[in-house]
Amino acid sequence: MLIALKRHSVLPGFGLTMGFTLAYLSLVVLIPLAALFLRAAGVDWDRLWAALSDPQVVAAFRLSFRTALIAAALNAVFGLVVAWVLVRYTFPGKRLIDAAVDLPFALPTAVSGITLTALFDQNGWFGRWLQPLGITVVGAPLGITVALVFIGLPFVVRTLQPALEDLDPEVEEAAASLGANRLQTFLRVILPMVLPALLAGFAMAFARGLGEYGSVVFISGNMPMETEIVPKLIVDKLSQHDVVGACAMGVVMLAASFVLLFVINLLQWWSRRHV
Amino acid sequence: MTRFCSAITGLLLVSLAGCGPGGLSLQNVSYDPTREFYSELNDEFARSWSERTGSKVTINNSHAGSSAQARSVIEGQQADVVTLALAYDVDAIARAGLLASDWQDRLPHRSCPYTSTIVFLVCKGNPKGIKDWDDLVKPGMSIITPHPKTSGGARWNYLAAWGYALKRDLGDLAKLHDPKCAEDVEKARQKAREFVTDLFRRVPVLDSGARGSTMSFVRRGRDDALLAWENEAFLTIKEQGEDKFEIVVPSVSILAEPPVAVIDEVVDKRGTRELAQAYLEYLYSPVGQTLAAKHFYRPRIEKGVPPEYLRRFPKVSLFTIDEVFGGWAKAQAEHFDDGGVFDQMFRTIKGQR
Amino acid sequence: MSSASGAAVSVAPAWQGRVRSATTEPAAVRWALIGVSLLFLGVFLVVPLVAVFYQALAKGLGEYLRALVDPHARAAIGLTLITAAIVVPLNTVFGIAAAWAIAKFEFRGKQLLITLIDLPFSVSPVVAGLIFILVFGRNGWLGPWLDARGLNVVFAVPGIVLATLFVTFPFVARELIPLMQAQGTEEEEAARVLGASGWQTLWRVTLPNIKWGLLYGIILCNGRAMGEFGAVSVVSGRIRGLTNTMPLHVEVLYYENVAAAFAVASLLALLALVTLAAKSVLEWNVRRQVARAGNNLAQGESP
Repeated sequence: MLIALKRHSVLPGFGLTMGFTLAYLSLVVLIPLAALFLRAAGVDWDRLWAALSDPQVVAAFRLSFRTALIAAALNAVFGLVVAWVLVRYTFPGKRLIDAAVDLPFALPTAVSGITLTALFDQNGWFGRWLQPLGITVVGAPLGITVALVFIGLPFVVRTLQPALEDLDPEVEEAAASLGANRLQTFLRVILPMVLPALLAGFAMAFARGLGEYGSVVFISGNMPMETEIVPKLIVDKLSQHDVVGACAMGVVMLAASFVLLFVINLLQWWSRRHV
Repeated sequence: MTRFCSAITGLLLVSLAGCGPGGLSLQNVSYDPTREFYSELNDEFARSWSERTGSKVTINNSHAGSSAQARSVIEGQQADVVTLALAYDVDAIARAGLLASDWQDRLPHRSCPYTSTIVFLVCKGNPKGIKDWDDLVKPGMSIITPHPKTSGGARWNYLAAWGYALKRDLGDLAKLHDPKCAEDVEKARQKAREFVTDLFRRVPVLDSGARGSTMSFVRRGRDDALLAWENEAFLTIKEQGEDKFEIVVPSVSILAEPPVAVIDEVVDKRGTRELAQAYLEYLYSPVGQTLAAKHFYRPRIEKGVPPEYLRRFPKVSLFTIDEVFGGWAKAQAEHFDDGGVFDQMFRTIKGQR
Repeated sequence: MSSASGAAVSVAPAWQGRVRSATTEPAAVRWALIGVSLLFLGVFLVVPLVAVFYQALAKGLGEYLRALVDPHARAAIGLTLITAAIVVPLNTVFGIAAAWAIAKFEFRGKQLLITLIDLPFSVSPVVAGLIFILVFGRNGWLGPWLDARGLNVVFAVPGIVLATLFVTFPFVARELIPLMQAQGTEEEEAARVLGASGWQTLWRVTLPNIKWGLLYGIILCNGRAMGEFGAVSVVSGRIRGLTNTMPLHVEVLYYENVAAAFAVASLLALLALVTLAAKSVLEWNVRRQVARAGNNLAQGESP
C-alpha cells in the first residue's frame, strides 16, 4: 500500500482522535494497570519474593501453567482437525458447526463453569460414564483442563481457518505430481505453511487459559497445593487481606500476558508474511 | 450526542451517590449460610418497621465467606450492619477504624443473638457408622469442609476438631490452664495437630463458603461426612429430604457464636443509625428469636419461642473458644494467619493423599 | 486472489470447486476426520449448550419462569443491561476514534499503540478486577478522596461498569482497525477534496463503509459486557438486588437453587446464541467489504 506521508495532512481529525484515544487508553487501561505495578514496586523485594516463593503460590502457578499448556495443545490438535474439516470439506450442517465454534467465546464464563461442572459431576451426563472408570473430573486437575479446552477452542480454529483458506492449491498439486502422498504433503508442505497461525492460535488459547476464572472456579477443587488455580488464589488472597501476595501474583500474570501478547503479535506478523 | 453524554453522566453520578429509588435502605453484609434466615427476617422487619414508623424500608443482603465479607467491608463495601460468623472478622473491621473497638458490648450476649455448633452431616443410614470425630479419620474417609481462610464456618470446624482431640487426650479441658500439666498439654497439642492434619488429608475440595461446601457434599454424593454448622445441616435435611441425610452429633463440639454489629462509619454517613440499631435489636425480639430457631439457629432468649422449635436441637457438650484457645485473636494468629498451623499443615499433606 | 474482472468478489478460496483427486484425501480419511471433529465439537459445544436448558427446565416451566421474574433476578438483569448500555457506546466511540487515528494516518509507534489496545484482551479478568480495587478501594489511590466525598466506586455499580469497560475495551477497535486499514484513505480524501468537513467525511463516507465491521465489534463487545464474570466478581459486593449482574446472580443461585441458576444462565446462553447468529451474518458481510476494499485498491493502483 502506498500511503505517502504527506497524505495525512489532507484528512482532518488526527489531533482529536489521537488525543481521545490516548486519554481513554490511559484512563481505562494504563493507569489502573500502573497501579498494580506501583503497588508491587512499593513493596520491598524480600517481601515480594517471599510472597511469590510461597509453596502454595508456586503450586498454583505450576497448576495453571500445566493445565493451560495441555489444554492449548489439545486444542491445537483438535482445532487443526476442525479447521481443516470446515475449510476443506462440505457436509450437512457445516455452516451451523462453523457458527457454533464461537460458542465458548460468546458464552459467559459463569454459565460454562456451572454447566461443565454439572456435566462431569457424579450424576452428570458425562460423569456417570467416567465415574465407574475411576476417572474423576470435578475437583481434579483434569476438570480444569477440560474447562480450558472448552474455552480455548475457538482461538485455534479461528486463527487457522484464514491460513488454511489462503493456501495455494498449486503447491499441493506440485507436491502430488512429484510423488508425495497426502500425508507427506500434509506434513511437509501444508503444516509448515500454517504453522505460524497454529502457533498463534495455541498461544492465544494458552494465554486465555492461564487467566481464566469463571469457567474453572466451579469445577476445580480449590485444594491448596493441588487444585488451586492462580486466579482463584489471587481472589482468596484479596479476601484474606494479603494484598501484597495478590499484587505479586497479579504482576506475574500481567507480565505473562505481555509476553504472550508480544509472541502472538510476532506469530501473526510472521503468518501474514508467509502467505 | 451531547444529550446522550449527559444522560450517561447523569446515570453514573446517580449510581455513584448511591441513591436508591426512594425510601430507606439498609445493607446487611452476612456470612454464607444465613441466606434463607435473613430473607425471611428482612421481610418481617420491613413489615414491623413500616407499621411502627409508616415508612418503607428495603434491606439488601450479601452473602459469602465470613472473612471474605469482612475484607470487602474494609475495602469499601457499604455495609450498614454486618452479621458475620465470628467476632474476629468484626474485630478486623474495627481495627480498620470503621467501628468502635468495644462494639461487642453494645448489644446483649456479647452481640451474638443466636448460637450454633458444629455437627456432621452424613448420608441416611450412616453407612460408614460415624459416631464421633475419631471415625472421620479412619482410612479411606472423604470429608467436606470449607476453606478456613475465607469461611468462618470452616474455622469453627477446625477448632472444634482440635478441641475434641485435646479433650480426648487430656480428659479435662481445664488442664489447659493448669501449669502443672504443661507437659501433657504439649503432647496433647501435638496429637491434636496430627489429628486435624489427618482430617484435612481426607478433604478433596475446599469451597470458599459454608454453603459452597454443603452444595459440594450434596452434589458429589460420594463423600462420607460434611462438617457443618448445625443450622446448615438441618436446612440441608429440610431441603433435600429426611430420607437422604441425617445428622451425627459428636461427643463434644464448639460453641459457635456469630456476632452482629452496626458499622459506625457507614451508618453515620448514610444517616441510617437508628434503622440499623433497630434492625439488630429486632434479632433479639421474640419474633427475631423465633425466626432464628425456625431456621435452626439456637436462640439466646427462649422465652416466646415455640417449644417445638427448641426441641429439635440435640444436646451437645460444648466448649468455648475462650476456654480452649484463649480467644479468637490467639486462635487466628496461631492457626489461620499466614504461615500458621493451617498453612504448615498443607505443606505436609501435599502428595500424601 | 481477487478476480481481475473487478466484479463482486467471491470469498470462496481459490481451490474450492475444483475436483482434484491428487489434493483430496480418500473418502475414508475425510469422513474419519469429519467424525472426529463432530465428536469433539459435540462433546464440548453441543452437549453443554443443551445441558443449560435441560437443567434450567429440570423443575418445570413454572419454576423456570418464577426464577426469572424473581425481584433479585430482575435487578440483576437490569444491572447487566445498564452496564452494557454504558460500556458498549463508550468503547464503540473509542474504537472508531482509535481506528481513525491508526488507519488514516502514519505515525511512529503505531504498532505499540495497537498492542496496548489489545492488552485488556490478554489480561486475566481477576487481575482486571484487582487493579480497580487498587485504585478505587478504600485503601487505594483514590480511596481517601472518594471517601471524603461520600462516593463509592468499588463494591458499587460504578466499579462494575469500570471493570466491564476494561475487559471489553479492545473489542470494537480490534474489528475496525484492520478493516479501515484495508479500506485505505482514498474515499475520505476524495470527500475532502469535494469540500466535506471532517465530521461529514466520517459520517457519510467512513461509517457506511465500516458499518458491518462496526456492528460485528459492537455485538462482540456487548456479549462480553453482559457475560463478564471474573472481573466483576472481584469488584462487586454481591449485594442482592443492587450489585449483582446476571453472571454473579447465576453464581449466587448456584448455591441455593440450582435450577434457578440455570434458568438465569439460560438467558445468557440465549444471548450467546443471538450473538453467534448475528456474528455469522455480519462476518460474511465484513469479508465482502474487506475483499471489495482490496479490490478497489488494486484497481486504483493500476496505472
